Amino acid sequence: MPAVSKGDGMRGLAVFISDIRNCKSKEAEIKRINKELANIRSKFKGDKALDGYSKKKYVCKLLFIFLLGHDIDFGHMEAVNLLSSNKYTEKQIGYLFISVLVNSNSELIRLINNAIKNDLSSRNPTFMCLALHCIANVGSREMAEAFAGEIPRILVAGDTMDSVKQSAALCLLRLYKASPDLVLMGEWTSRVVHLLNDQHMGVVTAAISLITCLSQKNPDEFKTCVSLAVSRLSRIVSSASTDLQDYTYYFVPAPWLSCKLLRLLQCYPPPEDGAVKGRLVECLETILNKAQEPPKSKKVQHSNAKNAILFEAISLIIHYDSEPNLLVRACNQLGQFLQHRETNLRYLALESMCTLASSEFSHEAVKTHIETVINALKTERDVSVRQRAADLLYAMCDRSNAKQIVAEMLSYLETADYSIREEMVLKVAILAEKYAVDYSWYVDTILNLIRIAGDYVSEEVWYRVIQIVINRDDVQGYAAKTVFEALQAPACHENMVKVGGYILGEFGNLIAGDPRSSPLVQFNLLHSKFHLCSVPTRALLLSAYIKFINLFPETKATIQEVLRSDSQIRNSDVELQQRAVEYLKLSSIASTDVLATVLEEMPPFPERESSILAKLKKKKGPGVVPVSELEDGKREGGELNGGGDRGPDSAMSASNASTPSPSADLLGLRSAAPVSAAAPSAGSLLVDVFSESGAGGPAAAVNDDGFLRFVCKNNGVLFENQLLQIGIKSEYRQNLGRMYLFYGNKTSVQFASFSTTVSYPGELQSQLNVQTKPVEPLVEGGAQVQQVLNIECITDFSEAPQLNIKFRYGGALQNITLKLPVTINKFFQPTEMAATDFFQRWKQLSQPQQEAQKIFKANHGMDTEVLKAKLLGLGTALLENVDPNPENYVCAGVVQTKSQQVGVLLRLEPNAQAQPGVQMYRLTLRSSKDTVSKRLCDLLAEQF
Amino acid sequence: MINAILIFNNHGKPRLIRFYQYFAEELQQQIIRETFHLVSKRDDNVCNFLEGGSLIGGSDYKLIYRHYATLYFVFCVDSSESELGILDLIQVFVETLDKCFENVCELDLIFHMDKVHYILQEVVMGGMVLETNMNEIVAQVELQNRMEKSEGGLSAAPARAVSAVKNMNLPEMPRNINIGDLNIKVPSLSPF
Repeated sequence: MPAVSKGDGMRGLAVFISDIRNCKSKEAEIKRINKELANIRSKFKGDKALDGYSKKKYVCKLLFIFLLGHDIDFGHMEAVNLLSSNKYTEKQIGYLFISVLVNSNSELIRLINNAIKNDLSSRNPTFMCLALHCIANVGSREMAEAFAGEIPRILVAGDTMDSVKQSAALCLLRLYKASPDLVLMGEWTSRVVHLLNDQHMGVVTAAISLITCLSQKNPDEFKTCVSLAVSRLSRIVSSASTDLQDYTYYFVPAPWLSCKLLRLLQCYPPPEDGAVKGRLVECLETILNKAQEPPKSKKVQHSNAKNAILFEAISLIIHYDSEPNLLVRACNQLGQFLQHRETNLRYLALESMCTLASSEFSHEAVKTHIETVINALKTERDVSVRQRAADLLYAMCDRSNAKQIVAEMLSYLETADYSIREEMVLKVAILAEKYAVDYSWYVDTILNLIRIAGDYVSEEVWYRVIQIVINRDDVQGYAAKTVFEALQAPACHENMVKVGGYILGEFGNLIAGDPRSSPLVQFNLLHSKFHLCSVPTRALLLSAYIKFINLFPETKATIQEVLRSDSQIRNSDVELQQRAVEYLKLSSIASTDVLATVLEEMPPFPERESSILAKLKKKKGPGVVPVSELEDGKREGGELNGGGDRGPDSAMSASNASTPSPSADLLGLRSAAPVSAAAPSAGSLLVDVFSESGAGGPAAAVNDDGFLRFVCKNNGVLFENQLLQIGIKSEYRQNLGRMYLFYGNKTSVQFASFSTTVSYPGELQSQLNVQTKPVEPLVEGGAQVQQVLNIECITDFSEAPQLNIKFRYGGALQNITLKLPVTINKFFQPTEMAATDFFQRWKQLSQPQQEAQKIFKANHGMDTEVLKAKLLGLGTALLENVDPNPENYVCAGVVQTKSQQVGVLLRLEPNAQAQPGVQMYRLTLRSSKDTVSKRLCDLLAEQF
Repeated sequence: MINAILIFNNHGKPRLIRFYQYFAEELQQQIIRETFHLVSKRDDNVCNFLEGGSLIGGSDYKLIYRHYATLYFVFCVDSSESELGILDLIQVFVETLDKCFENVCELDLIFHMDKVHYILQEVVMGGMVLETNMNEIVAQVELQNRMEKSEGGLSAAPARAVSAVKNMNLPEMPRNINIGDLNIKVPSLSPF
C-alpha cells in the first residue's frame, strides 16, 4: 500500500485545484484565485472561530496559490496558530507554511519561537523534528539567539533519537552559517567530531555537513576529524556492497557519504600521521582501481554513484598535489572520461582537468589531451560542455602550445554560441598577450579577434592592444600596416575603425612611404568609414585627423576642408562640433613647431596589470581562473608592456613611466592611475589628445601609487595630471629632513588662489613635525613655484602626512590630496657590521613581537643589481658576506627619531623557483620596536 | 549547499518550489521562469549540469536537473556539492515519491503538494542533505501517515473527490512519470 494515503486529502482543496486547472485562460485563473483569496480572507476575519481542519485547509490553499506565483500577504497569523495545535497534521501544515512563506525578518518570529520552544521541549521526536526543520529553514538571527545554546545539547545528548540528531545537526549548521558569532562550539567540539563514528549512517550523513562547514572556519579546532574521516571512509570503501544494507545505492556502498568524507578531507592538507596517510592513499587507490572493474549493474545510477566518488577522490588527489603517482593515475582516468559516451562524464572530466592543469606534476600530462579537447570544442553538441572545453584549453595553454590553442579558439569563435563569446574573446586576448613571443603575432591575433567577433570585443581589449603597440616601437610599423590592410575590408567593425584611427594617427608615418598607403590614401580610407560610425568613434577619428595634419603637412588642406564642412563644424553633437572647431583653429593658427609639440607621439604607458584580466576576473569567479594563473599573467603582461626591460634608473628617474598622459587614465580603465582629474564624461571613449582642451574637473583622490614609489628614492615626480606637475627632492640627516616641492603649471592659464596644507592623519600629529611657509597664491601659466618643507621625526610613525593642494583653474576649483612620501625608513642611519655581530643582534631580537615577516610574490624581476639599488635606497647598509646563502640579502640600520633610536635588521630571501613560474620573497624584519618592524615590513613588501 | 529545488512541468508550470535562501516572491517566480527557459531548450541527451541563471548567482552556482516525462526536477547548488551526487539525490527523491504515491504522476504532485513537501523535508533540510537512505525516508513518511490516520476523522469523504478528479479527462497528462530508460521503479535489491 502506498505510504501516502491519497484519500486523506481535503475535499475543498481538491475542488479548488480542479477549478484552477479547468480555467481556460489566465484571466479566468486569476479571477478564480481572487475569489478564493477573498473567501479565505473573510473566513479568517469572520467572527466564527475556525476549527483546526478548516484552518489547515485554507492554509493549504494559500500555499497552492503561492506556488502559482501570487503574493500571499495574509494567513501568517493563522499558520502560527496552527503551530500550537495538538494535532500533528495541523502543526505540520503550520510549519510548512512558515518555512515556505516567512522570511527571517518577519515580526512573527517571536511567536513562532514560542511554539518552537514548546515543541523542542515536548520530547516528542516528531514534534522536535518539525521545530528543528522550521529553525533550519528560516534561520533568522532571533532564532539563533533563542536556540543556539539548546541545539548542540540536543545534538550530543545520549538519549536523543537518531532522526532528531540528524535534524539537530543540520539545524545547527544553518544557525552557524547565519550567525556564526552566536554558535559557540567550544565544549561540544570533540563530541560533534565524534559523530563521524556514529553507528547510524544517517546521523553521520547529516553531521558531516556540519563538521565540514565548521572545519572550513576553524580548521585547527576540528583537525581531529581527519583521522576519523579517513577510517570511516576506509570502512566504507573496503566494505562489500551489501554490508551497508540500506545505504548501498545501486551496488555502491554509501556513495553520498563517501563523497562528503572526501570533501571534508579537502579542507585539510595531507595527513601528517604516516599510518593515517597510508590508509587514505590505500582508499584512493582502491577507488581508482574500482573504476577499472566491470560494472555491477548496467543502470546509469550505478555508474553515477561510482563516478561521483571517483571524481571526489580525484579532487582530493589534486588538492593534495603531492602524490605524483596518484596524480598521473587521476589524469589518465580523466583522459578516459574525456572520450566517454556519457556527456555528464565528459563535462566533469573537462572540469576536473582544469584544476589538474595547474599542478606541476600533471601539467604536461594534461597537455597530451589537447587534440581531444580541441575536438570537444568543435564537436560537442552541448554548450555547457563546449564551455568547459574552452576553459580547459585556456588552463592548459603555455608557451609551447599557445599558437595552436589561440588559433583553435579563434576559429571556434566564428561559430561560437553567443552566450560564451565575450568570455572567449577575453581569453583569447589574454593568452595572446601572455604568450606573445613576437608582437606581430599578437597584433594579428587581436585584429583577427576584432574582425571575427567585433561586437564582443570589449573596450579593454582594444585599449590594451593600443597600449602595447605604443609601448613597443618594434611593432608599430607592423601594426600600422596590418590595421591599414584590415581597414580595406568593405564592412569592418567599428572597433577596428577605432584601433585604426588611433594607430594610423600615431604611426601612419611609418607606412606612408609606400604609395599604396600614402598619407592621403590613409586619410581617405579612414574617412570612408567615418559616416558609419557612432559619435565617440567619430570624435576619435577627428583627433586622428589633426594628428595627420601634424604628421603629413600635405594633407592639411584636405583635412581642413573636411573639418570646415557643415557636417562637422555645425554638427549637432557638441563634442564633435567642438573638436572640429578647435582642431580647425589649431591647424590654421599654430606654427608647425607648436603643432608638433601639442601632437607629440603618445608617451609609453605606465606598467600595470592588464585590465582585461581584471575584467575576466570580474566576469568569472576566481575559481574558474586559478589565481596563480592570473598573477602569472600579470607579471608577464607587465613585461610585455615594456616595463620589464627598463633599467632601475630609468624607472626611478620618473620620466616616462611616471608621466601618464590623460589618455592613459582612460585606457587603463579601473586601475588606480595616479591621474584622477578631468575624467571625461562617463563611458566616453574619447581618447583625448589635447591636455588643454579637456576641462579639468575637481579631483580629490589620495594617490598611493606615487607614494610607494618613493620609499626607496628621494627625488622624482610625485604627481602629474594635465594641469599640474609636482616634483619632489628631499634629503634627510639624523631625525631631520628637508623636502623641496616644485609645483609646475602645465597650462598657459594662471592658477589662482593656489594654496597647500599639510595634515596629519591619526596619531601622526604627535609623531612628526612638518613646517612650511605658504606659497604664492598665483602660479602663472608655464611657471613653476617651489616650496620647502622642514621635517622632524619625533618618534616612529606609520601614517604618512597628507598634502592638500587647492587652486582655481579657469573658474573651477581643483582639489588634490596626496600622501607625502615621508616614511620611517627615511630616518635610517646605515650600520655596517660583521657577520658575527649581525647574528648576535639577530638572536637578541628574538621575541615574537620584535619580528615582522611577509611572504609575497615578486612584482618585478629578481635582478640582483635592482634589488641592491632598492635596498640601498632604503637607507640601510647592505651587508655582504653575512648570510650563508649568497642569494639572500641582509641589511642593518638605525632609525633616528628625536625620542629614541631603533636598531633594525633586515633579511630578504628571494625564491626564484617557489612554484613553476612564480617567484616569491620572504622578508623578515627585526627591530627593538614592534611598530617599526611592522611598518617597515608593510612598506617594503610593496617594493620588490 | 542546495539553494533551491524547483519542479515544473514541460510547460513551465511550477509544481513545487523550495528556496533555502531568501528571495522575494517576485524574484522567486522570475527564477523559475529563467530556469525553465534555460533547461527546457536543452536536448534530452545532453549533460545534466549547467551554469546557474543570472538571478540565482550565475557561474558560482550550477543547475543540476533531470527530466522525467512531463516534469523537470531542478536543484540549484553551489560548488560544495558533487554534481553526480546531486543527480543521484534527485533519483532518490523521485524513487521515494514513486514508492510513497505508487507510480507517481504529475497529478499526485498537484493534488498533494503538502505531502510532496513533507517527503522532501525528509531528504533535504535547510539546503543540506538530511538522509539518502530511501527506506529510512519512506519509514518516516509512513510514520507521519500513521499519525495522520490516528488523528482520523478526516479521511473518508475527500477520497472520492480526488479519484473523481483523477478520472477526469486529461489527455495531455501521462499517468506515470516513468517512461523510457529512466526507470524510476525501485529496484529490488538482489540479496547476495
